[in-house]
Amino acid sequence: MTSLVYIAFQDNDNARYIVDAIVQDNPHAVVQHQPAMIRVQAEQRLEINRATVEEKLGREWDVQEMLIDVITLGGNVEEDEDRFALHWN
Amino acid sequence: MSIEIKTATAEPIRQTFSHTRRRFGDKPASRYQEASFDIEAATNFHYRPLWQPDKLLNDPTRTAVRMADWYAVSDPRQFYYGAYVQTRAKMQENAEHDYAFCEKRNLLAGLSAASREQIARLLLPLRHAELGANMNNSGIAADGYGTSLTQLHMFQAVDRLGIAQYLSRIGLMLDDGDTVLLAEAKRQWLEDPAWQGLRRYVEDSLVVRDWFELTLAQNLVSDGLLYPLLFHKFDEQLCAQGAGQVGMLTEFMRLWFAETQRWVDALVKTVVGESADNRQLVEGWVAKWQARALEALAPLAEIGPGAAALDAVAGEFAARLKKLGLAGAAQ
Repeated sequence: MTSLVYIAFQDNDNARYIVDAIVQDNPHAVVQHQPAMIRVQAEQRLEINRATVEEKLGREWDVQEMLIDVITLGGNVEEDEDRFALHWN
Repeated sequence: MSIEIKTATAEPIRQTFSHTRRRFGDKPASRYQEASFDIEAATNFHYRPLWQPDKLLNDPTRTAVRMADWYAVSDPRQFYYGAYVQTRAKMQENAEHDYAFCEKRNLLAGLSAASREQIARLLLPLRHAELGANMNNSGIAADGYGTSLTQLHMFQAVDRLGIAQYLSRIGLMLDDGDTVLLAEAKRQWLEDPAWQGLRRYVEDSLVVRDWFELTLAQNLVSDGLLYPLLFHKFDEQLCAQGAGQVGMLTEFMRLWFAETQRWVDALVKTVVGESADNRQLVEGWVAKWQARALEALAPLAEIGPGAAALDAVAGEFAARLKKLGLAGAAQ
């Protein structure tokens, strides 16, 4: 049985671009639109890359900015300046 | 006893407006998409404009450039009114802070007479050029076609008014609140031989009828050469002269220029990539205005960072044109 990693955002204009970036970088991710919340889950691993989000947003973006819109997440976090990744050890 | 919390999901009947759905598909749309695409009225005009009876009220043929769909133009920053205003408010807060700091510590008092004179001579008359840029972009917003394109130019127009005001405030600060320097700057704009080339460029651009030629003349060529020269190279020169504090007052212009040139590049790329005819038209316009701009800036470079600095700027601009798939004027 593989565990899912997941991350949920508030359904707002910021998060939408982040979700677009996640979908582009993680073809295996599943996006669920729930009331006022967008939940993204994936098997094994989920990566959010700064470069992709910046391309979607059209401006410079700090990985930390994401946390303003995050509701919850599940998985071990690996974070640096260019990437935020979730996986289960 | 365990309690399980269930959420009931109500599927929305519509994800977005019908016109947005037709363009982007039936999924939740971003504010930028909803506020920028397929909004401008395109059919069922009752009357032709009295001032231009051969055109419709909103008419894509006010430029010689042809696009199958003008909404192919989009803003890489994805600015609609809300996002634009929030971004500028943040920038303005920082700028206000810098201006207040400069005033409180009276930082401009320490300028040497030569630096003060140079700043007054190079930056203050520019506010008249900025007002020209404001008028040009307002005109493009009126004549252009497609909201995604016209709003870009309207934001640009308002930005130029703001920049003209910042330049005016630099003049007031240099002058301890008096307006003598600004009056002198206007006289230079009207009479000083060094400024006549740029003034002629601005005044000639004001009467360009083809709005796409105008956006090239103003936002690509003039800005693309003038800003690096007078806000980057001149700033470097001032720093070397020990007058770096002025950079606090012009930082807004540098940030603004870096941000806005991205949409200018995206616009040119989109239009040039559409057809060979467009490319040819754009090549001709860019070459014409590029030569004129370089000629207009030469005497200003002499007063400021020097001819070598202008050559460097011209070289960088030629490289930028290459990236956009344009040849530009022969160097």
